Amino acid sequence: MAAISRDDVAHLAKLARVEMTPDELDHMATELEDILGAVKRVQEVATAEIAPTSHPLAMTNIFREDVVRPSLTNEEALSGAPAKAEDRFKVPQILGEE
Amino acid sequence: MTTIYSSATEMAQALSKKDISSVELTKLHLDRIEAVDGKVHAFLHVDSQGAIAQATAVDAKRAAGEKLSPLAGVPLALKDILAQKGVPTTAGSKILQGWRPPYDSTVVAKLKAAGVVILGKTNMDEFAMGSSTENSAYGTTQNPWDLTRTPGGSSGGSAAAVAAFQAPLAIGTDTGGSIRQPAALTGIVGVKPTYGGVSRYGVVAYSSSLDQVGPFARTVLDTALLHEAIAGHDERDSTSINAPVPQVVAAAKKLDVKGMKIGVIKELGGTGFQAGVSQRFNEALELLVAGGAQIVEVSCPNFEYALAAYYLIAPSEASSNLARFDSMRYGLRVGDDGSKGAEEVMSITREAGFGKEVKRRIILGTYALSSGYYDAYYGSAQKVRTLVKQDFEKAFAQVDVLVSPVTPTTAFKIGEKSNDPVAMYLSDIATIPVNMAGIGGMSLPVGLAPEDGLPVGMQIMAPVMQDDRFYRVGGALEAALLSKWGKPLLSNIPELGGM
Amino acid sequence: MTLDYAGATTKYEPTLGLEVHVELNTKSKMFCGCATEFGAEPNSQTCPVCLGLPGALPVVNAKAIESSILIGLALNCSIAPYSRFARKNYFYPDMPKNFQTSQFDEPICVNGYLDVEIQTDEGQKVFRVEIERVHMEEDTGKSLHVGGATGRIHGAEYSLLDYNRAGIPLVEIVTRIVPGTGKYAPQVARAYVTELRDILRSLGVSDVKMEQGSLRCDANVSLAPIGSGKLGTRSETKNVNSLRSVERAVSGEIERQANRLEAGERIIQETRHFLEESGQTRPGRSKEQAEDYRYFPEPDLVPVTPDAKWIEELRTRIPEKPSVRRKRLQTQWNCPDKEMESLVNAELLGVVEETIKLGAEPTRARTWWLGEISRLANEKEVAPTSLITSKDVAEIIALIVGGDLTDKLARQVVEGVISGEGSASSVIEKRGLKVVSDDSALMTAIEAAIAAQPDTAERIRGGNIPAAGALIGAVMKATGGAADAAKVRELLLKHLGQG
Repeated sequence: MAAISRDDVAHLAKLARVEMTPDELDHMATELEDILGAVKRVQEVATAEIAPTSHPLAMTNIFREDVVRPSLTNEEALSGAPAKAEDRFKVPQILGEE
Repeated sequence: MTTIYSSATEMAQALSKKDISSVELTKLHLDRIEAVDGKVHAFLHVDSQGAIAQATAVDAKRAAGEKLSPLAGVPLALKDILAQKGVPTTAGSKILQGWRPPYDSTVVAKLKAAGVVILGKTNMDEFAMGSSTENSAYGTTQNPWDLTRTPGGSSGGSAAAVAAFQAPLAIGTDTGGSIRQPAALTGIVGVKPTYGGVSRYGVVAYSSSLDQVGPFARTVLDTALLHEAIAGHDERDSTSINAPVPQVVAAAKKLDVKGMKIGVIKELGGTGFQAGVSQRFNEALELLVAGGAQIVEVSCPNFEYALAAYYLIAPSEASSNLARFDSMRYGLRVGDDGSKGAEEVMSITREAGFGKEVKRRIILGTYALSSGYYDAYYGSAQKVRTLVKQDFEKAFAQVDVLVSPVTPTTAFKIGEKSNDPVAMYLSDIATIPVNMAGIGGMSLPVGLAPEDGLPVGMQIMAPVMQDDRFYRVGGALEAALLSKWGKPLLSNIPELGGM
Repeated sequence: MTLDYAGATTKYEPTLGLEVHVELNTKSKMFCGCATEFGAEPNSQTCPVCLGLPGALPVVNAKAIESSILIGLALNCSIAPYSRFARKNYFYPDMPKNFQTSQFDEPICVNGYLDVEIQTDEGQKVFRVEIERVHMEEDTGKSLHVGGATGRIHGAEYSLLDYNRAGIPLVEIVTRIVPGTGKYAPQVARAYVTELRDILRSLGVSDVKMEQGSLRCDANVSLAPIGSGKLGTRSETKNVNSLRSVERAVSGEIERQANRLEAGERIIQETRHFLEESGQTRPGRSKEQAEDYRYFPEPDLVPVTPDAKWIEELRTRIPEKPSVRRKRLQTQWNCPDKEMESLVNAELLGVVEETIKLGAEPTRARTWWLGEISRLANEKEVAPTSLITSKDVAEIIALIVGGDLTDKLARQVVEGVISGEGSASSVIEKRGLKVVSDDSALMTAIEAAIAAQPDTAERIRGGNIPAAGALIGAVMKATGGAADAAKVRELLLKHLGQG
């Protein structure tokens, strides 16, 4: 695998919406490379015939009936909001598609 | 006489005989917290008012002759990763500083219904990412055995609280060893139940397919009582098992391992494991043999890949689970001065609110899931999971339970591993395979390492939903060890002052 | 020189793709029990799950699964024996978790088709639109942009978020590319969405109101020079809020792209917004690179494996396809195309069918509903079916056919029923609206009219038959319209020696 560059980390940081300082980007690139070096050994045994396990238990079809349950009140829902107005969550301007 | 040094079982008996009230018992523990938590720093929030109110209510019910749960009136410390309505819940992070959930997690609801008194929220590695509690945004917790050492993590606060007699019971979570490892490093009992055995509703998610809530206590029986109080199907958790809770209390009381086959996992031991750890582990095995059990060596060759797979799966799921912390609906918001858009405020907040280890795992997880890399990393890790499961299945075909040391070393010094993430990750080498396969495991204190006098834990593992097996072995071994030592292991813990 | 639409389609071959999102009409949300009612107070239908609070977990709504399977069956899809939810990870303030729980490579239905018929220069032509997949996902919250000039996003000072809509079940229906439509691409697109809407309505799984957003359409259009055999770069147009807009958006895009290609410019793969007023599209936010959604299987949910028996039971619930039903009824009623179209557009097909089933003569049934009742409904701005029942209309028509009511009298009866005076017969009774055809009663009125207009009577006696109109009118007036006009004429002329 190619080495992790600072640009790679910057791209990942953007995808993850975590703003990082140039210093942090550099450090992270090195650390990431070390960790990836250690973890990529999973490829040694992950052959094609092995099915992946995404769940420890083999359960299926867990559903609930289409019944209305009590919601939180408006106050409860907004109780943690950093900012609110008109019974809604107030957030900074959303620059992007409608 | 009931003191903070009594077991939860003894406290419960005293309460039911009305030798002590829950309010008195709670006050004893609140006083203890006040006396020693300045040194231990197990608690992030002590809810004195709430605890006394809960205790008062239980005392009233008892006075009225109402039928109460076995642990009614007994105090407990709650890892700060579980939502408790109206009480600050931080998950050890700055990004949730001051957040008071508008709802109770299912486990908390069950504890309240059982009349258990919640003393407060305990310290933890931020978002459960860590093995020492040093990653907490609120400062680390000290190991009561040696205040210059970590209590392990991520449930370090809960483990320390129990070991320091601030609470007889505690709740933690375990994703790669975060209950078992701190239990081993602090000389108490800790259990990760079978995945799905305890509801995850209301538990701040780290790695959804690995996280599990579990009990801490100073004895196997206490742990079993707490296990039964919190386990069971929850319709709010789609991954919760819809089957009766294994009879762990009965198993803990059995005190008999005759005829049981106990498998020692070859790959989890030997070089890389501290001499004193191996020694106490082997001595414990001898006691089991003396009790009529048979030791079998088994091999789990794919376990050596488990650590690598864990450090791909957990960060991947975490990178997605932590995306919700964006300052829009709750938690920290930084940079909203009117000149910046939502996206920028999100990024600035997450940069300010997440610690280093959390950022590291988010970036790692984002990478492992990104297009082009999914198959090589996350996809491959999920295959290793299958192999680890198969290794366990093959091993359990030969034995009733599997055992290993919980950790390669005893408690390490604060700061020793915090600059070397990979070295830190290695402390979970024996615990991680259990989470990967979804089975349950117990950490039982089996002695103090001769070279440093620090606790050593033995890990006892059982097949899916057979948690009662490790309670049976644990209970029997604990009795044998107590016989051998003449007094509980925790009586060796240095005095912390007061009391 | 700019190409117009005709010019564009002479040189270029369009390829069409359509993505339709359907909001299901379940009572509760996709993953939690919050109500889904439209128009509730902001943030009054939310809970930890749909707000994305830390610790919340999803549980799948069984009705949503059922509706998705019904949709797949109605579209001739195969129902996947094993399907899973996946996380689609991206950040946006209206997304509580900053990932959407959706489906990725294991959707619930695959490989279906829908045949649509349109009018071409060569007559009616059928186009088969292949359906690639039908999958389940959840809706986002709603944002209001405050400040700024137009209340639109650009230049907004801040935004306000309401999460009532977050978590409402959505079903996404994705077609394969539809080749070979030529210049009819806009009509094919419209016909597809129309037919789809009608099918969904007949299944009862959604309100399918495009204006309200319970049916949303995104149109993908690409062009290639005719005969090149290649596919061009496609654009995706969103914000298409009506059937007419679907047609306009597709033709608008064809024109726009053709002109770009003529000018030697390339088509950018992008998302565009349809502008109602102009019929044009404008670019959405340009993205530096395509979003990497980092899909992975949702660890908080378990796979969906509908059993064959359940699927077959659901299959029996699929009603006759609307287009098939329309054809059948049109033939049965011998109804001209234009009238059929009017009935369909006015959504009166069902009630007309009912009225006829109750014995009403088909032509009269259609005429009454499309005519007088629709007129009154438009005046009151309500739906025709809310004014009067098919039973009442059938009764009235029967009385007309039986001669007990004239059309004029019947209008009064309708008016009476609508005002709530009771059933048709009770209105007739109360208002005395029955046709007077009793000869002697009529003769009284006729003689009175003759007496009042002797000159007119003379003219009639003299052979001027048309003059009878005035006397008939007078009799009608005198009887309040209750006279049988034909009978009056007969009696009058006879009396005056002309019958």
